[in-house]
Amino acid sequence: MTYFPEEVVEHIFSFLPAQRDRNAVSLVCKVWYEVERLSRRDVFVGNCYAVRPERVVLRFPNVRALSVKGKPHFADFNLVPPDWGGYAGPWIEAAARGCVGLEELRMKRMVVSDESLELLAKSFPRFRALILVSCEGFSTDGLAAIASHCKLLRELDLQENEVDDRGPRWLSCFPDSCTSLASLNFACIKGEVNAGALERLVARSPNLRSLRLNRSVSVDTLSKILMRTPNLEDLGTGNLTEDFQTESYQRLTVALEKCKMLKSLSGFWDASPLCVPCIYPVCAQLTGLNLSYAPTLESSDLTKMISHCVKLQRLWVLDCIADKGLQVVASTCKDLQELRVFPSEFYIAGYSPVTEEGLVAISVGCPKLSSLLYFCHQMTNAALITIAKNCPNFTRFRLCILEPGKPDAMTNQPLDEGFGAIVRECEGLRRLSISGLLTDKVFMHIGRHAKQLEMLSIAFAGDSDAGMMHVMEGCKNLRKLEIRDSPFGDAALLGNVAKYETMRSLWMSSCTVTEKGCQVLASKMPMLNVEVINEVDESSEMDESHGGLPKVHKLYVYRTIAGARDDAPDFVKIL
Amino acid sequence: MSPPLELDYIGLSPPAAAAAVDDLKGTELRLGLPGSESPDRRVATAAGATLELLPAKGAKRGFSDEAPPPPSAAAAGKGKKVADEEEDKKVTATPQPAAKAQVVGWPPIRSYRKNTMATNQLKSSKEDAEAKQGQGFLYVKVSMDGAPYLRKIDLKTYKNYKDLSTALEKMFIGFTTGKGGLSESRTDGEYVLTFEDKDGDWMLVGDVPWEMFADSCRRLRIMKGSDAIGLAPRAVEKSKNRN
Repeated sequence: MTYFPEEVVEHIFSFLPAQRDRNAVSLVCKVWYEVERLSRRDVFVGNCYAVRPERVVLRFPNVRALSVKGKPHFADFNLVPPDWGGYAGPWIEAAARGCVGLEELRMKRMVVSDESLELLAKSFPRFRALILVSCEGFSTDGLAAIASHCKLLRELDLQENEVDDRGPRWLSCFPDSCTSLASLNFACIKGEVNAGALERLVARSPNLRSLRLNRSVSVDTLSKILMRTPNLEDLGTGNLTEDFQTESYQRLTVALEKCKMLKSLSGFWDASPLCVPCIYPVCAQLTGLNLSYAPTLESSDLTKMISHCVKLQRLWVLDCIADKGLQVVASTCKDLQELRVFPSEFYIAGYSPVTEEGLVAISVGCPKLSSLLYFCHQMTNAALITIAKNCPNFTRFRLCILEPGKPDAMTNQPLDEGFGAIVRECEGLRRLSISGLLTDKVFMHIGRHAKQLEMLSIAFAGDSDAGMMHVMEGCKNLRKLEIRDSPFGDAALLGNVAKYETMRSLWMSSCTVTEKGCQVLASKMPMLNVEVINEVDESSEMDESHGGLPKVHKLYVYRTIAGARDDAPDFVKIL
Repeated sequence: MSPPLELDYIGLSPPAAAAAVDDLKGTELRLGLPGSESPDRRVATAAGATLELLPAKGAKRGFSDEAPPPPSAAAAGKGKKVADEEEDKKVTATPQPAAKAQVVGWPPIRSYRKNTMATNQLKSSKEDAEAKQGQGFLYVKVSMDGAPYLRKIDLKTYKNYKDLSTALEKMFIGFTTGKGGLSESRTDGEYVLTFEDKDGDWMLVGDVPWEMFADSCRRLRIMKGSDAIGLAPRAVEKSKNRN
C-alpha cells in the first residue's frame, strides 16, 4: 500500500466515512496518518473537554463538518449548575483560524454567544449548515448575523435551545439573494416573527424540504406558506389554536393536501381538537409524528388522527393518549420503530393514563419497535418480560417510572427480572435507562447480558457497590455511565479504574463517593479529569460519614488529552 | 336514613340515581357545583389538595374516588366513609405535587420541554384574560368537549357558582343530547367542569370561594366524564349497584 501514490490512498480512504475506521487507518503508519488527516472531512468530538480545539484544527485543517458536544447528559435535567462550562467560543475561534473551509457546525449542550455566532458567520465563506441542539447563551441577534452573512446557508436548525428573543428582525436579515435554504427550524424561538418576511423567504427558497415554525405563526400564514412548498418533507406547524374559523382550517386542509411529499409532522402548538381533521389528508403518508407539545389534544383526538397513520415509524406523544390510545397505535402503526410517551402535567393522584398495559399492547402490535422512551406511573415484571419477548430489536430502551423506587405494581417485587429480560432478549441494546425499585440483581443481569450496551442511566437503584461493579466489569462496550441517587461509593468508583479510559465519561451525583476516593482515582489515572462539582448551598448538607470525609455531591469523570480545563468555575474542583 | 344524594356535575344522572331525587331534576342538564344542591354541604377548604367538589355527604365525588385504590371506593356514598376518604385523599393528593418539587431533576424531562409546556398553557390564557383585568368585565372562553364551537362568558356577571352553573346549562343545552335528557348512545353520562387558573393548571371548579375562583379563572372547559379519569364508569357502576 505504501507504494501507491497518496491520491490513491486518499481515494481508498474516502470509502471509510466512519470516524472509527479513519482513526484506525491513521495508526498504521506515518504516511497513512498524513493522508488521512488531510482528507478527513467529518470530525465528531463527543466531549468538548477531551481534546483542545486547536489540536483538532491543527490535525484536520480541511474539515468540512465539525460536531461538538458539551455538557453531560444530566445537564438536561438541571443537575449541572449553570456556568459549569461547555463554551463554543474556543471551538469557533480555533476553526476560524485553522480551517476556513468549514461548511457545517453541529453543537449540542453548549454555551454559544452572539459574538461567537457573528464570528462564525463572517469567518467561513462556504458555511452552509448550523445545527444547535439544547444550547444556550445566544439571542436572535446572533441568528441575525448568521442570516445576514452566510450567503450559501442551506440549513439553520435550532432544536430546543434557550434563545433570548430580541425581536423579529433576524428573519428579515436573510438577503433577497439567499435562495439556498433547504432546512429551517426556528420552533424554539419564543417571540413573534414577521409573517411577511417569512412568506417571502419561503417563496424564494425552492429547495426547502424541512420547515419548523414557532408558536407565533398563525394558521393563515401556515396555509400561505404551504401553498408555496409542495415538495416539503418535514413540517413543524405554527399554532393551531381554538379560534375556530372554518375558512382558515379549510384553507389549511387544501394546502396540506398539496404536500404529497410530506413525511414528518410536528409542532401542534396550542392545537385545538378542531384542527385534527385538517391533518387527515396527510396522515396516511406520514412516517414521523410529534404530538408531544399538544397537551390540548385529548386521547380521542389523538387516536382519531393516529388511526389514519398507517405508515408511521416514529411517534412522540403525551401520556394523555392513555392505554386505550396506545392500543390504537398498536393496531394501526405496524411499522413503528420509535415511540416516546412523555408525561403531561395533568397528574392527579391515583390516576395513570398510561400503564404497563399500553406498552404491552404496543409490543404486541409493533414488533419492529427499536427505540423507546416511556414515562409511566407503574410497571410490572410480567409486562417487561412479555415486552422483551415481543420486541427483541430494541436498541434504545428508556423506561421512567415516575415515582422513584416504585416496585412491581402487581407483586410489589423489585423490577430486576423485568429489566433482566430486556437485556437478555435484546442483544443489540445500546442504550438503557432503568427506574423503579431495583436491587443489585438488575446490575448483575446487565453486566452479564448487555454486551453491546454503550450508555446506561441509573437513578434511585441498587443496594451496594457490587451493583455498579457488575456493570463496570461486564459491559464491554460501555461509553457513558450516568448515575444519580444510588448507594455506590469509593469501592465501586475504584473497582476498575482502567475502564474509564475506554469510556467517554462517568457521572455520579448524590451517591456515596467521597473526595478521598476521587483523589485516589485522579492520582491513579492521569489521563482522566476528575471533576468534583459542589454547589455552595449543598456544602452544609454534606454528610460526615464514610470515613469521616464529606460525600461528593456531583462527580464527573472523563478521559481527556487536554489536561485540566482552564475555564472551570469556582465550584468545580478538578483533581 | 336518607339514601346518599347522587349529584352529577352536569346532571345527566343515571336513571337509578334519579330515583333518589326529584324525577324531573334527574333528567335535567345540571352542573353539580357546590352550593347548588345540598344545604348541609361541608364546604371544602381552599387547601387545594382536596379534589372533592360536591357535597360531602354521600354525593358522588368525582376525582376523590380515585385516590384510594379503586376497589375500596365502591361505597363512596356513605357518610362516615366520606370523612375517611377525604383524609386519605388529602394524604395521597398533597404529597404528589410536593414530592415532585423536592427531587431535583426528576422526572428526567428536559428543562426546555418543561418550560415550553408551562408557557404553552400560560400563553393562550394570558391573551384571553389579562388584557381585561381591572375592567368592568372578565370574559373567559368556555369550551365543551364535542361542541363545534366555543362560547365566551363574562364571569363578573355571576355572583356564585349556582348562577354560573345555570348560565352554562342554558348555553350548552343544545350540545348534549338530541333528547334534552339522557343519551342512550353514550355510556358515560357525565361532564366535569374544569377551569384553567393563572398558573396554567387545570382545576376542578368549586373548591375555592367564588371570588377566588373568579379572580384566577382564565378559561373554562366542560370535560367529558370519560376523559376525566374514570369518573363515568364508576357512576355507571354505582347506578348498577343501586339497582
